[in-house]
Amino acid sequence: MSESRAHIHIDKLTMAYGDFVIQRDLSFDINRGDIFVIMGGSGCGKSTLLKHMLGLITPAKGDIAFNGQSFFSAPPARQDEMRQGWGITYQTGGMFSAMTLAENVTLPLQLYTDFNRDQIAEVVAYKLALVGLDGYQDYYPSEVSGGMRKRAALARAIALDPEILFFDEPSAGLDPISSRLLDELIQQLQESTGATVVMVTHELPSIYGIATNSVYLDAHTRTMIGYGDPKHLRDHSNEPVVRQFLTRGLGAAEDSTA
Amino acid sequence: MSSSTAQIQLDLDNDHGAKLHFAGDWVEGSATPEYLDFRPQLLASAPNTLVLSGEGLGEWDSIFMAFLLQLCNDCRERDISIDSAALPASAHRLLQVATTVKPHKPPEEDSPPLLATLNPVAMLKGVAEGTRDSLAFMGEVTVALGRLAVGKANTRFSDFLTFCYQAGPNAFAIISLTSVLVGMILAYLGAVQLQQFGAEIYVADLVVIGMLREMGALMTAIVMAGRTGAAYAAQLGTMQTNEEVDAISTMGISPVEFLVVPRMLALVAMMPLLTIYANILGIVGGGIVAGGMGITPLQYINAGEAAIDSAHIFVGMLKSFVFAVLIAVAGCRSGINSGRSSAAVGQAATEAVVTAVVYLIIADAAINILFQQLGI
Repeated sequence: MSESRAHIHIDKLTMAYGDFVIQRDLSFDINRGDIFVIMGGSGCGKSTLLKHMLGLITPAKGDIAFNGQSFFSAPPARQDEMRQGWGITYQTGGMFSAMTLAENVTLPLQLYTDFNRDQIAEVVAYKLALVGLDGYQDYYPSEVSGGMRKRAALARAIALDPEILFFDEPSAGLDPISSRLLDELIQQLQESTGATVVMVTHELPSIYGIATNSVYLDAHTRTMIGYGDPKHLRDHSNEPVVRQFLTRGLGAAEDSTA
Repeated sequence: MSSSTAQIQLDLDNDHGAKLHFAGDWVEGSATPEYLDFRPQLLASAPNTLVLSGEGLGEWDSIFMAFLLQLCNDCRERDISIDSAALPASAHRLLQVATTVKPHKPPEEDSPPLLATLNPVAMLKGVAEGTRDSLAFMGEVTVALGRLAVGKANTRFSDFLTFCYQAGPNAFAIISLTSVLVGMILAYLGAVQLQQFGAEIYVADLVVIGMLREMGALMTAIVMAGRTGAAYAAQLGTMQTNEEVDAISTMGISPVEFLVVPRMLALVAMMPLLTIYANILGIVGGGIVAGGMGITPLQYINAGEAAIDSAHIFVGMLKSFVFAVLIAVAGCRSGINSGRSSAAVGQAATEAVVTAVVYLIIADAAINILFQQLGI
């Protein structure tokens, strides 16, 4: 393929609410097939960056391009088309509580595919099986555990075989074991479908476990101060704040003069 | 690459083994073989092992994986071992992920036979249970009111004022509209009959007594049941969903004192005032129709004044008080007992309005019969 490896290109992005600038001059690439982590302390604008990538907020300056095509200068119809190639899970799951798990996964299939009713039921069973929930079709989100709800949200996100998966704090509120299983599942799905994964998280185990690339947003200087493989950043970043973050503050003592 | 039709072919070897060949494009929109059509063929050959081969496979997507998953689940139940290594690597991988967890078998629930649902004993038990729950809730509210009276309840006065504002002034517009129209309807109803006897002037009596005793209180109550009763149910239902009610309970505060009492008191305080307002506007509405029939405003006021009786006002006020309690109980009870999903909140709001309207009609009839017998 002749197209460049950059799947998502963030170009001099400045995010602001009114006059209040949250982050400025963000420029980085997310490569095809990456598991890319957006990290940073609380309140630095991680989720806001994700919302910009999802096109829910228009940037104050700069642009975001998918496959080399600008999202914000595309006409609305084209934007919707681009969105169909994305799968998204939200911080609190975003499952429709009035629908069963099967109906939740069915919805995007009904809207955007030509499958007939039986085929949809089969595909839904397959998507739920991928996240280990086959047989839970007729359960409502409120009837299953928090971890299962997160996995069900993942099943809905992958319903249309997306080429980009966005996760907002996928393992927030899960116990360490469920959290690791979810990480493994994300990794397995990434490897077998070749999708690009973008996730917001500050769970160090998942960052080290599955991330291949990352960006660190700093709340103080309001821009990115780290970009690269998180393990590499932990050992070699020039910014003490980044090393501190990646070692839960333990590496700070001896390096604070750096 | 030209697209080709999706095909499967089952080859048996002599050692109870079988090989399943997949060919063509298995993508959305193309005609793909159905697993259920293929199943009899597989079961008839009853192999011990099944090798999957994807040599001739073109493009594929989820529909192909869905076929494979059904095949694997079926084979697992029948102890047929499956070898999927000859499939495309990512399909092999996805299939492994999808089959790591066995499908969950939901517990089978026996649905009761049709006749059992019509069993009168069970139905009566249901009604009795519902009544007992309502009475228990009323009891809790009474206890909370008792604690409020001795100054021990955790009820915030600022909450009470907020709810008063929501239930009172905010409802003026809709109450004005409905009561003027109800007054006019009453006048029209009477006018047709009364004109036959040349007794048009009694329209004033009809409207005044009708509004004061009956329609003022009832129409206000029905509007408030739809407006405020449903709002209470939705508010409390959402709080239940967000675990706010749990938070209140674990702080050692009774949810009834903190949530129900201020809402109920606000409605009890506002409803009689709204009813008085509705009465006045209803009488004005009746006057408009009377004016159209040739009755001068002075005549209307004179005749109407003569019809006003303290007994009518008392009955109307008593009704509005009773209705306020019933609407608040129906709304708050549905909200507090709501389930924890958005559908449950909607259900709670519906239930609140339906229960409130039923309560209102029954209570209205009961009060009317009572005062009829007492001769008031």
